[in-house]
Amino acid sequence: MIEFTIWDILRNLLLATRWTIVLSLVSFIGGGIVGLVLLFLRVSKRQWSRSLAKYYIELFQGTPLLMQLFIAFFGLGLFGIDVPAWLAAGLALIFWSAAFLGEIWRGCVEAIAKGQWEAAASLGMGRLQQMRYVILPQAMKIAVPPTVGFSVQVIKGTALTSIIGFVELSKAGTVVTNATFQPFTVYGLVALIYFALCWPLSWSSQILERKLNVAHRNY
Amino acid sequence: MSLIEITEVRKSYGENEVLKGINLDVEPGEVIAIIGKSGSGKSTLLRCINGLETISKGSISVAGAQLHDDEVHLKALRLKIGMIFQQFNLFPHLTVGGNVMLSQMVVKKTAKPEAEKMARRMLERVGLEQKFDAYPDELSGGQQQRVAIARALAMQPMALLCDEITSALDPELVAEVLAVVRELAAEGMTLLMVTHEMKFARDVCSRVVFMYQGRVHEIGRPEDVFANPQTPELKQFLGLH
Repeated sequence: MIEFTIWDILRNLLLATRWTIVLSLVSFIGGGIVGLVLLFLRVSKRQWSRSLAKYYIELFQGTPLLMQLFIAFFGLGLFGIDVPAWLAAGLALIFWSAAFLGEIWRGCVEAIAKGQWEAAASLGMGRLQQMRYVILPQAMKIAVPPTVGFSVQVIKGTALTSIIGFVELSKAGTVVTNATFQPFTVYGLVALIYFALCWPLSWSSQILERKLNVAHRNY
Repeated sequence: MSLIEITEVRKSYGENEVLKGINLDVEPGEVIAIIGKSGSGKSTLLRCINGLETISKGSISVAGAQLHDDEVHLKALRLKIGMIFQQFNLFPHLTVGGNVMLSQMVVKKTAKPEAEKMARRMLERVGLEQKFDAYPDELSGGQQQRVAIARALAMQPMALLCDEITSALDPELVAEVLAVVRELAAEGMTLLMVTHEMKFARDVCSRVVFMYQGRVHEIGRPEDVFANPQTPELKQFLGLH
């Protein structure tokens, strides 16, 4: 029987960690873009656009991410579309993150006093200009801590994609366990790697919250 | 032609009608004080004029620009008329200079150097040119309100709407803001102000509008309205002050 050293295990896990990181970045950035679109729909003056965004968010927040992954992976297959695991994983995570980011940011936008919209409007700015030059710069400040905090959820969320066969950190853990028969060591290392990814983010989220609060300009 | 024409304006929130057919024409250079109890509709009327509230019936026009509820018409109208708020509503993330420059650059597409020149001139007009680089939260309430006036003036409006602009100020700060308004009035700016400063209304305004339960109850020159109120409601209102 082949003997595996800790280094062998760790090396393989770290190689797979790359995909966890790539998938997290793709989900977070893609989710951010779709989330921004949702935000604009959500705070629009038009009823249909607000409803559209609301139902989207409720749908994606109201169903488990795992189901969304299954539907993206198997569901599209029913229509004869062959979806590779990486694509299904990426799409599902993007749409899932978007729902949460859109809703987090809506809260931040609504936290800005109504008078700010009115002042900008009375100076002749259109709705998008009010948003871009007056509301978003203020809302972004409040949005940073919860957004960074949510990125931790995204990283942990990528673990679920192992179920549809995407080889990232968790899936690699299973594969390595099957070869080494050392589940405790392997999953212990997997957990440590996740922690090493997530903890700096949680920590910086807390720091940012404190910092931005101190600098918060208000009357 | 009047500068501001308000014709048969009605405004309801659901069942509750807060403006019940307002008619008011404002000539260029007039300074009009709108007085009345809270809930009489005076702030709502002001906010309807520049489209912050949509009217249910009637029409409003400012220098020929009709009030319609779409962005193109609203923008055209809002370029002609500035507004100053009770809570100042300065943009806290921008410096004083940035506050006065932003809409010039964004709405009028003025180049930055010109916008800055205009901003400095307007800030000088309200006596705050030395605060160009300060942030709003470093200013007193009175100074913030003067910046808000400079910000509105930088758009070169034909008229200004003032919505209880001294009500949120400490008493000792009211005078500095009113002094600026008084100067504007002397320079011929058309002003429409909701105010509780009766003495100011008497001294500076050309007409006083007393609103009661969503209607213009009495209107006239300040010396007539204050010295010789015709209705018991106005008598009672003035008695309270």
